Amino acid sequence: MTDTRSQSVSVVDRTRAVAAGAPVIGAHFLGRAAVFVLGEEALVFVEPEAEPRRIAIHGGAILATAANDELIVSGGDDGKVAAINTEGEVSTLAADAKHRWIDHVALGPDGVVAWSAGKSAFVQAKELREFEAPSTVGGLAFLPKGLRLAVAHYNGASLWFPNAPQAAPEKLEWKGSHLGITVSPDGRFLVTTMQEPMLHGWRLADGKHMRMSGYATRVTSLGWTTGGRFLATSGSTQLILWPFQTKDGPMGKQPRLLAPSEQRVTVVVCHPRQEIVAIGYGDGMVLFVRLEDGAEILAKKPGTTPVSALAWSADGRLFAFATEDGEAGVLDLA
Amino acid sequence: MSEQVSAEKVPVTVLTGYLGAGKTTLLNRILSEPHGKKYAVIVNEFGEIGIDNDLVVGADEEVFEMNNGCICCTVRGDLVRILDGLMRRKGKFDAVIVETTGLADPAPVAQTFFIDENIGRRTRLDAVVAVADAKWLKDRLKDAPEAKNQIAFADVILINKTDLVSREELNEVEARIRAINPYAKIHRTERAQIPLDEVLGRHAFDLDRILDIEPEFLVNEEDHGHSHGHDHHHDHGHSHADGNRHGGLKHYHDEDMQSVSLRSDAPLDPDKFFPWVQELVQKEGPNILRCKGILSFKNDDDRFVFQGVHMILDGNHQRPWNKDEKRNSRIVFIGRNLPEEKIRQGFASCTA
Repeated sequence: MTDTRSQSVSVVDRTRAVAAGAPVIGAHFLGRAAVFVLGEEALVFVEPEAEPRRIAIHGGAILATAANDELIVSGGDDGKVAAINTEGEVSTLAADAKHRWIDHVALGPDGVVAWSAGKSAFVQAKELREFEAPSTVGGLAFLPKGLRLAVAHYNGASLWFPNAPQAAPEKLEWKGSHLGITVSPDGRFLVTTMQEPMLHGWRLADGKHMRMSGYATRVTSLGWTTGGRFLATSGSTQLILWPFQTKDGPMGKQPRLLAPSEQRVTVVVCHPRQEIVAIGYGDGMVLFVRLEDGAEILAKKPGTTPVSALAWSADGRLFAFATEDGEAGVLDLA
Repeated sequence: MSEQVSAEKVPVTVLTGYLGAGKTTLLNRILSEPHGKKYAVIVNEFGEIGIDNDLVVGADEEVFEMNNGCICCTVRGDLVRILDGLMRRKGKFDAVIVETTGLADPAPVAQTFFIDENIGRRTRLDAVVAVADAKWLKDRLKDAPEAKNQIAFADVILINKTDLVSREELNEVEARIRAINPYAKIHRTERAQIPLDEVLGRHAFDLDRILDIEPEFLVNEEDHGHSHGHDHHHDHGHSHADGNRHGGLKHYHDEDMQSVSLRSDAPLDPDKFFPWVQELVQKEGPNILRCKGILSFKNDDDRFVFQGVHMILDGNHQRPWNKDEKRNSRIVFIGRNLPEEKIRQGFASCTA
């Protein structure tokens, strides 16, 4: 597969290589700065025309990050929720009283921060609110409107209004272990990734179920294409795209499949403005694929270890990639 | 970190044992010996574990069913989360030790490594080690199904607190263990004193190391603290009268937990064997705790090895048969109320 792609259109020569120096688990953009999240302790902050800066943020492993254009929040095994802004300034937002691992973080409307430690989910609104899930929290996602947090757990998900502590959370039930969660940009659909190689979805208006199966492995990376027309996921040796543009979402429909490879897809990330998805593979290759016609552009040649992080800047002009062994780069596509 | 190091899977050892048998003593011993290694330890209660250098993580023992209608297909949800987090710190420790509670079933822990591809790619299950109380295990085997499960599942069993029982009692408890699990390595210990390489780095779940699935033979009384294989063959699949003396040691037949061992000198037909074994584990999966086998297929110069936990099977071609090696097929099942005759007949019909 690699051979045929070496002839396809390439933007590899626009890469500014960055030596992250350690395994990378995530990437985000803060304005024009690419930020690589290391597995332990620090971020690598890469501004255009400046030397990369390593910025310490946790006392141990970094377990989760979430970002908007102005802030990255992170959870660590040091029990802290930390944040870093566009200037590279670090602050501690919260520390778990029992020093538990902060397994998940999420950023909501107006920069509200949520996190979870074990079974407890927290939201820092005007006050700190806590929700006790029925089992360890598998993932967190804010709904686009209002202050409402979706919490994945064993046998389903809960929709929680942190500002109405007396109201019981709405339960969405589906048997099995739900390990990740996402809400469509229009707020109509909620989708979880499961321990089994499948996704489960609910249409929030009526609780209608949708099963999205056929995967080879557990889905660990997913995202919504611009406008929310498709949910792009890993879990196979090609990009999987579930159609969500109609009112029934993917119910009774087959997914679109693009950019097949012999390697598994490890990371997917959707372009913020166009229907383009960046795909990272198990051999270290990165492709951009345009949904309209399936055209592919090579963004990174295969290397030695799997791609572990991808990110677009908010305007889609900058792109960042990194691998499990810390090979990283920033592409200027303008 | 070099690529070679990062490609190496981190070994995970599971410590089981009924309440009070001495798991924590063994854990403390592992951590405090001057081995120069660092461990990440997953425990259920932060108790009296003395740790300076090592990483300790609290777990919840959440057993999650898979959404496939099979009640024996379970994973430890907390382990999926914790191992994923620990892998962020790969390089900071040499191995992971999972201490389970006294009532825990080891199967969901083991199945986690087979079912979760993310975990299986970066870590490997090394062995399940059970600590048994020399004085009380006999009673627990009668009244605590969890204790029997732990013994049946284990690769290594420590009969601990040997100083609290007579030699006869010790032989008795060992014979009881053998009746349930003739394949584990058994060690007799006081205060869990054992060379660490007997419990760590066992590679008990490596397909490549399924070398010898003959029953382990009973520990010689003089060889206190050591076990070693015996030349002599004995078919543990078949039942013995209770307390029957054999080779100077008692043999028991456990009421509900047995092993069935099968052998065929004639080569097997893979087109018959795989459907048969698949159907068997589909039907009997909840009752089969573990199985393993070395197989010789017709027109195939490679040994095929496989192992399984409940319904999950994992197998591969291993290596060519050696010239001086006898080409035969051997399988063992350890489980509860296994339909032995049916299994024997089914296996016999798989020959080419």
